[in-house]
Order: sequence, then C-alpha cells, then structure tokens
Amino acid sequence: MSKQRVIVIGGGLAGLAATMKMAELGMSVLVVSFLPVKRSHSVCAQGGINGAVNIKGEGDSPDIHFYDTVKGGDFLAHQPLCKDMCHEAPYIINLMDRLGVTFNRTPEGNLDFRRFGGTLYHRTAFAGATTGQQLLYALDEQVRHFEVQGLVEKMEWHEYLGAVLNDDGRCVGAVIHNLRSGEIKAEKGDAVILATGGPGLVYGRSTNSMVCTGTAVTSAYLQGAKYGNGEFIQIHPSAIPGRDKLRLMSESARGEGGRVWVPRKAGDSRKPKEIPEKERFYFLEERYPLFGNLVPRDVGAREIYDICVNDKLGVHGEMKVYLDLTHHTREFLDHRLGGILEIYEKFTGVDPREEPMEIFPAVHYSMGGIWTDYTRTDEGLIDHQSPNNQMTSITGLYAAGEADYQYHGGNRLGANSLLSCIYTGLMMSPGVLNYINNLPEAAEDIPESVYSASVKKWQESYANIKSMNGKENPYALHREMAEEMISNVLIVRENSKLKSTLDKIDEFESRWKNIKCVDTSDWSNPVPSFINQLWNMIQLSKIITKGALLRDEFRGSHYKPEFDLHQPDDFRPETYLEFEKQKEDGQIKEDEFSPDHLAYMKRFSKNNIKWLKTTIATYRNGGPEISYEAVDTSLIDPRPRKYD
Amino acid sequence: MPDTVTFKIKRQDTETSGSYWETFIIPYIPNSNVISCLMDIQANPVNAKGEEVAPVVWESNCLEEVCGACTMLINGKVHQSCSALVDKLEKPIRLEPMSKFPVVRDLTVDRSRMFDALKKVQAWVAADGYHDLGPGDRLSQSHQETAYKLSECMTCGCCVEACPQYSSDNNFLGAAAISQTRLFNMHPTAKNIADERLDTLMQEGGIADCGNAQNCVEACPKSIPLTESIAEMGRQVSGKLWRNIFKA
Repeated sequence: MSKQRVIVIGGGLAGLAATMKMAELGMSVLVVSFLPVKRSHSVCAQGGINGAVNIKGEGDSPDIHFYDTVKGGDFLAHQPLCKDMCHEAPYIINLMDRLGVTFNRTPEGNLDFRRFGGTLYHRTAFAGATTGQQLLYALDEQVRHFEVQGLVEKMEWHEYLGAVLNDDGRCVGAVIHNLRSGEIKAEKGDAVILATGGPGLVYGRSTNSMVCTGTAVTSAYLQGAKYGNGEFIQIHPSAIPGRDKLRLMSESARGEGGRVWVPRKAGDSRKPKEIPEKERFYFLEERYPLFGNLVPRDVGAREIYDICVNDKLGVHGEMKVYLDLTHHTREFLDHRLGGILEIYEKFTGVDPREEPMEIFPAVHYSMGGIWTDYTRTDEGLIDHQSPNNQMTSITGLYAAGEADYQYHGGNRLGANSLLSCIYTGLMMSPGVLNYINNLPEAAEDIPESVYSASVKKWQESYANIKSMNGKENPYALHREMAEEMISNVLIVRENSKLKSTLDKIDEFESRWKNIKCVDTSDWSNPVPSFINQLWNMIQLSKIITKGALLRDEFRGSHYKPEFDLHQPDDFRPETYLEFEKQKEDGQIKEDEFSPDHLAYMKRFSKNNIKWLKTTIATYRNGGPEISYEAVDTSLIDPRPRKYD
Repeated sequence: MPDTVTFKIKRQDTETSGSYWETFIIPYIPNSNVISCLMDIQANPVNAKGEEVAPVVWESNCLEEVCGACTMLINGKVHQSCSALVDKLEKPIRLEPMSKFPVVRDLTVDRSRMFDALKKVQAWVAADGYHDLGPGDRLSQSHQETAYKLSECMTCGCCVEACPQYSSDNNFLGAAAISQTRLFNMHPTAKNIADERLDTLMQEGGIADCGNAQNCVEACPKSIPLTESIAEMGRQVSGKLWRNIFKA
C-alpha cells in the first residue's frame, strides 16, 4: 500500500495536539490553516486548564471533576467522554508542563491552581492570564520540531472548502483553497480531521477571533454530516465592549477574588469608588452564597441580564455591571492576572487595579458542533483504540475541539475547553491510525477522477461567487444578520422571536444571492472566501435558531422563561435522587415529600423524559431537519442543578 | 468631536506590483480602533475620490493583542492595529505594511522568516514521548516569572521591524528568536541542547549581528526584556567560546 497520511484542518490546540500525537506514532500529517498556526484562536483562552491534580490537598479527584462537568452541562453531555476526559486531565497538565508551558508555581515549585466557575475546588492550572496562548505555543513548538524532521507539512494561508468523498461516501481527502494564489486543488488524505473551532462570527461580534466562522463544520453538514446541539451557545458573563470584537475578561478575574456588583440605586451616577459598601449590590454573592461570583457561566450571564434588564440596575442604565478587583494589591494582580488587566487598560484607558471594570455578557463558545462518535468501555471510559472516536457521521471525516459537540452538554465550565481540545486531539489519534491501517486502499492509490470532480465543483462555485454583481455588500449583510442573532437568539429566548428570526434568515439567504463580489482580483483576495463563509454562517444560524425554537425547555445556556420549571428555593437535589429511587422501586411515597417539591420533581422528571436528548440537525431540502438522540447518562443520575 | 476620520493607506495589489497611497474618509465613531475602521471600509469600500475600490486587505485574528497577526506601521510606528485606538492617533492616520518583510498584498506581509528562525534555534523541548511520564521538574516562582515573560512572544515582528540591523539583505535571526534561545536554554530539559543553540547564535546572522541599538525592546508590545535576553545570550556565547578554546 502507498504511503498514507492524515489531513488536519485547523492549527489550534485540538489540531496541533492530534498532529503531534499522530506524528509521534509515525504518521505523516498535513496541517491546513488560515493563518500561521501560532496565531490560532486558542491564544485567546485566558484563565487556565482544569485537572484534578489536587495540589492543594482539598481531596479533589477526577471523579469530582467529572461530576462538576456533567452538572455544569445540565446533564446533556455524554458521560463516558466526560469521565475519560476528566481522568486524563491530570496527565495532560503534567504533559504540557513537561513540554515547557510556563505555568504559575507554588512557593515549593509545584504547579499552582486557582478556582474557576462551577466548582468549589482549586482545579485550574494557569500561566498568568494567557494560558491558551502558552499551551498553543508549546504544541506549536512540538509540531515545528516534527516539521523539521519531515513528518509534518504545513499549509498556512489555506482554507478548507469541503471533503472529497469516494463512491461509498468515505472521506478520502479535502478540497483546499490557497488564500494567496486563489488556486483550488485537492489534497489526498486517508483521514481528515476538522479542528476548526467555534462559530462566534455567526453573531458578528463575540469573544471569538476572526477565523471563527464555523464554516468548515457547516461545509461538512452540507455534505451530509450530522450537527449536534447547535442551539447551545455559551454567553460569557464578562467581556469588554468593542466595535470590532467583544474582548474576553477571563473568569479567572473572579477565580482570584473579583467581585461582581451594581449600585443598589438605579441610575446612580456616582463613580464606583464613591459608592459606599452598603450601597453596593453584590447580587451573585447574595443570591448564590455557596458559589458566589463563581457560579457557572449560564447562571452568571442570566443573572446579569436579570439585574440589568428586569431590575434596571445596570451601570449607567446599560447592560453592564462592575467587576471589582481593587481590593487586591497591584503586585498580586500583575502576577496572577497581568495579561488580561493590561488588555483591559489598553482598550478602555482605565486601570482595573484602581477602578472596577465595566463588563457585560458576550457570545463566547459553542457547546454544540459537528456530531462525533465514540466507543465506551464497560467501566464507562473510552476505548482509545477505537476508530469510531471523534468520527463524524461521514466515514473518515473526524472532528476535535470546539468543532465537536459532546463534552460540555448544555453549558461548558470555564477552563474545560482547553482541556477538551487537547484531550480530543490526543485521545483520538490511536483510533484514527487504526482506522487508516484497516483501509482497503491508500488515498494515494485512489483515481484522480474522484478528486478532480470535487475540485471542479468548488472551482465553479468560486467562479460563480466572483461573478456576483448584485447590490449587497457581503460585510454589511453579515453585520445585519449578526444583529438579528444577537437580538433574538441570545440569553433569553422566546418562540415568537425565534420564529421571526428564522424568517429573517431566509431573507438573508435570498439577499445573499444579490451580493456584489467587491473584489474580483486573483491574488490574495479574501472577498470570495468571505462570501462563501457567509453562506455557511447563514446555514449555521438556521441550525442554531431552529434547534432553539423546537427545544421547548430550559436547560443550561438555553433559557426559555416560558418553560422554566421553577425550582422551589428550599429544594435540594438529593431529594430528587430519593424520588427517582422510589420510582424505580415501584412506588413513590408521596407523603414523604412536600407538595411543591413533589410537583416540581414530577415536572422535572417529565421534562427530562422529553428533552434530555441531543439535538441533531441534518441538512435536507435547503435547511436543517431536527431530530433527537439519546444521551449516555449511565454514570451519574441526572438531577436538578443548584449552586446556592 | 470630528465627523470623519481620514486614513491614508499604502496599498499594493500583488507581490511584485508597485505600491500606491489611497485615502479613505469614514464616519467617526467613538471607541474605534484601526481594525474597526478597516472593517467599516470593507462594508463600504469607497475611497476619498468617491470611487468604488477593492476593500483593503490586512491580516488579523484575535483582535486582543495576543496573536500578533495584525501588526503594521501606524503613523510610521510598528504596532498591532487592534490595540491602536483612533482617539489616541494623530490624524490623518497613515497605515503601511511592515517594511522588513515581503508584502503579500496591501497591509499583509509574509513573516515566514521569523518562523524559520525558530526552527534554526531549535525553539522546542525535545520530549521522549507524549505518554504519561509524570510531572515536569519543580521550578521556582522567580524562574516561572522570567520564563513566562519570554514565552509571551507572539512572533509579531515589531522588534525586527524596529531593528536597524534586520534587513532583506542579510539573514539576522533578530531579537525575537534570540530571546527564545534564552527561554529554552533555561528550561530544565530543553537546555540539554543549549550548546547547539549557542552554535547557531555564533554563526552568520547570529548574535554578532546585533548592533545594540536597543530599538527592539522599545517596540515590543509585550514589554519582553529583549535587550536583557540578547545580553544573556551574549554571555552564554562568550562562555562557550572560552570553553572551546580550553578544549582545543
């Protein structure tokens, strides 16, 4: 058999982790990236990476991490994957330490850990406040080393357009667009991994980088791959407003003691430092005494929305609250949070060591993504040799990192994304190689005609885009679409608005056909690519919006007030476990529960039967057809979440 | 408050074609940075003469000064355009591509030379494998602080743009790569090949090419102590020279 190779699309943490692992196992890898991989979006991750190393002697363990992750995701995540990821996490942190990541240290020289949202343990390893950047650089260095050794080839300034499928529908390569010469050609690959990150640009301004259009996974969806849990979009509670992007203010600011507050009096025009302590409303601390400022992100974002919109207590009457670090010394802050405080100061001109920051919620992460498979073991872990792991519903096409869907359920915990990216890249690699080893033929030996047909299709598609001479500017149209998504498919979702947004998206799709390709030159022209990406963003916005419309419940980041089950204030989740046990034993002793608890538990149980399922979007007749799949909840019984 | 902002942008259509200046006048919007203005031009690509032209091409990604992509000359000074705030800039605002690298198109340049330099100085930890080999070495907090600062280098090119020695006529590694040799030569296992890195620094294009202008440290957006790194590597190179003499 001819020499085989894997094509990795995207050079962020997931892509580079897979690349280095497969290269270590002797496989040739081609990495395709929009930009030099060192500039990938992973650099934006700030606060840290989770792993229950238990350096602080708190009794933390991978199983507690697993529980926190599943609970944080409102039980929608596939549990064997979460369990395996959390059990691998301490090793992953140790590995990254060995590879030179400049993690912060304790006085004794061990890795230091801080707290993050949705847990009560110090579980987050960090390198200042640019942990994603530091992790990415370590992987970039490893991959560069393999590049010098000839095992890895990089194609930077190239974009993925689509998978090449053979007659059986198996992926045997990718169509790649050279962003400089404009050339479109096929690259042969025995497997293709999409490690292309999230779709923040569907919302225009978000905390995501400019390459995060979700276009690669949408292309896979348009080719028939299933898309999972599209409606679960994470809104991060703390970002810095900006015209071009909403810059993240890391959760680590709260992990290091940052306090969120608003003036108790609406419209209070005093400067924050002039407002005395008793006239400040530390609403997260008051409403969630146990987790305080470190409630999970979905809870935090909803509370900020509530305080600003319903209580009208937002700073300056706007959708903003204070995030206050001024009780710490400058030295402490510079050592542990330096990078992000510099960024805040650079962009706002205000020194956050002296003045409370003004922050607001912003689109941050997609829990959903392209559907991928896995093989579990009897112990509820993952069989790392299985070729199914991380494979999409197109044979031979894989996905990893934010591009996939199944690790974070309805809401991701902070500092679990860096973990899931590196974990998926490493974990899937032996299985991908097993898949390749069992193929009947190498991609190299597949007839050229299979590839030339795909290339021709894309060349025609781009030629058509270049000849578009309508009235719409693609960038202006994107802004309009994003406004619609921001207005109606964000923190609070209402069916009437979701319905009208779906109609609007259809209008955007029609208007897309009237676009003018504002640059028709051949050399280094980003406009045709953007027009193609915009088409895909329109398709993806349909997946998100339709999934949201049809899911008539409140779970994780997907909040529909109409379907809030109204958990009684004094309810404890353990009561529900007892209720379920009695149900299983055949008889519920109804008089053992208070009537409102009983009624709530019945509502909760009924809702889970209907909705504790993965949303699957499949491309049919120009749009997503929505169906639902079971979630593996065999290891931790689903129960109501509680953080106060 | 002004109604408009004027941008004078040095454009170049292809790698080999000549450059030309084009003026754009766009509505003033508070809290703009250079990137948001370039985005405004994209959404309405009309120059000051009222002609519809191709939108300006530039490279960017993170927009929060951690990826290094959007580096360019802004009023003659090299900087990331995402953190260049319009209110703080002299008007009209002049944008040019970096001068030390081949122009790809408009404000986009090819900085491959910087990434090649990272290969030359072997800027990596040579690992035995990616399986579970336990934790790395314990390291002091002061070690971490020094290493972290060096590791923040995003290969943006500000240092070499500002450097009078770095030019297309020579093969000087530049401050960024030299500083990376310091980072890896202080790492507990990467320093196993410290001497090989020093050999590279002793070759043509190595540390001897530094003219000590100290522009690099001024230009670095991350305040990396580049001159300190160059001095430290100078010491290490001298030490190796002496060792070579005594060995011989």
